[in-house]
Amino acid sequence: MAVHKRSYHAYAGELTPRWSRFLIVSRYAFQNALASKALSAYFALCFSYPLGCALALYANHNQRLLALFQTSSFFDVNARLFFHFLGVQGMLGFILTAFVGPGLVSPDLANNALPLYLCRPVSRAEYVLGKMFVLFALLSLITWVPGEMLFLIQSSLAGASWMVPNLWIMGSILLGSAVEILVFSLLALALSAWIKRRLAAGAALLGVFFFGAGFGQAINAVLRTKYGFLIDLANLLARVEDQVFRQHTSIGIPATDAWVALVAISAFCLLLLEKKVRAYEVVRG
Amino acid sequence: MNSGMAPVIELDGLAVTLGGRKILEDLKCSLSGRAIGLLGPNGAGKSTLINTLLGFYPVARGTARVLGCDIRTEMKQIRALAGYMPESECFIAHLTAVSFVRLMAELSGLPSDAALERAHEALFYVGLGEARYRLLGTYSLGMKQLAKLAQAIAHGPRLLILDEPTNGLDPPARQRMIRLIREMRDSRDLHILLCSHLLRDVEETCEEVLILKDGHQVHYANLEEERKANRRFLELETLGGDGAFAEAVEHLDCECAVAGRRLKMILGQDFAMGDLYRLAEEHGVQIRRLNYRRDSLEDIFLKAMESHNGRP
Repeated sequence: MAVHKRSYHAYAGELTPRWSRFLIVSRYAFQNALASKALSAYFALCFSYPLGCALALYANHNQRLLALFQTSSFFDVNARLFFHFLGVQGMLGFILTAFVGPGLVSPDLANNALPLYLCRPVSRAEYVLGKMFVLFALLSLITWVPGEMLFLIQSSLAGASWMVPNLWIMGSILLGSAVEILVFSLLALALSAWIKRRLAAGAALLGVFFFGAGFGQAINAVLRTKYGFLIDLANLLARVEDQVFRQHTSIGIPATDAWVALVAISAFCLLLLEKKVRAYEVVRG
Repeated sequence: MNSGMAPVIELDGLAVTLGGRKILEDLKCSLSGRAIGLLGPNGAGKSTLINTLLGFYPVARGTARVLGCDIRTEMKQIRALAGYMPESECFIAHLTAVSFVRLMAELSGLPSDAALERAHEALFYVGLGEARYRLLGTYSLGMKQLAKLAQAIAHGPRLLILDEPTNGLDPPARQRMIRLIREMRDSRDLHILLCSHLLRDVEETCEEVLILKDGHQVHYANLEEERKANRRFLELETLGGDGAFAEAVEHLDCECAVAGRRLKMILGQDFAMGDLYRLAEEHGVQIRRLNYRRDSLEDIFLKAMESHNGRP
């Protein structure tokens, strides 16, 4: 169908592998997300803390600098440092999710675009995976990727004597980040699928986080219990990371309960997505 | 129902229930035309049938095959072979038309470069060449319809499913859409399934028609054969003369019913209009009114609606 001929004819060329189609959804979603200059600037800002940490690690092993301040080290490098690193990056990641997440599914629903995606050899799961991959990639780049790089920098500076006993921290960084990324992504997509207005979906995401924390504290205070934490997403994630990084915790619920609550929240988000990500909704009655 | 060609769509006792309501009941037929019309009044189940063929709605009973692929087990193959233009307004507002059509072609499996090339071609083909770099959100309704058609054909489907393609179009835009559908039909590179409640759209483009009512199949007609059969009708109103004119007319190649001064005739292949005028002159009869028509899709549709109450 050459432009100058302007007549219809079939396509007889090669096709891309079926497994890779969800990445097309991701690519276009990336383009849309990164079209915002404010978002690009914020994303760049998210690398300032890892960069600062890398410089601090370097300074901590710089003999001239240490001699100048007449100390053997400025700070201890252990699991606590990486735990705090992930805490800061997790918060930045949540704000990034609130920026990007609502724009992933809600415009497609508002414009009735889902039949156009789903009438092609792309399943609903692949569509969701494609959209979620955007958040996976962006959040990975500011959480576990710099975290592991910091670990490797510290290992190269401190040597095998530090690295070998602390090797488990690598797994903790990966697991802790994965939990955060999965929960943030599922929550953002579920809200994006149920709230057609992008701004409202972003506000709802912040609301779930902060109102959940407020209600949780209120439940704890009124009922004199600790189970209000179960609706406090920030504390649930913190409790899980306390365990993953083997830290002392001040959150009064068992880690198992926090894991179960996070799994339940994720399952609920998947259910919400399953209900909403459809070519056409069926009206009952 | 059209022998000689492999079936495009085979419905095998297909039933669909949505939200506790039976929407489609026991549809059985085999359609093999180049352009198939799906007709019915609003709420007949036309769009539901299309959505079921594309796997959007679950099948309650029976099954269907599209280009030989079973909708229960081979949905991805069906979606790879089909292009779909939905009825409702649907687009991706922040994309330009060319990016939108390219995205859709890529999702159908075309490599990125080929998808871009086909997107340009498809947009030129439907007449949006000059507007292809504009955001879809700024398009008029008619342009959005054309953009939807472009995305449906960009990947070169073997079956093009059009759900009410002329909805909301002004007469020139409608003519353009009908012309494009005819061109694609005549290219013989693809089959077309056209769903519409507008008889004229179906009559102007389709070879076969399946009529639905209340979720039931009420009639199937091969329009090509109907056209070939060339059934013609004539209604006359006369003045003057005696009964001899009516008797003489009955000897022409036609079936004739007389009611006073009115004659209703079903014309045969060899009927010549000149003979009628000659007889009128011979019998001193004035022809005051003459209404000549062929058996149109409207007649077929109305007969189907009247003769079937929608229940098996």
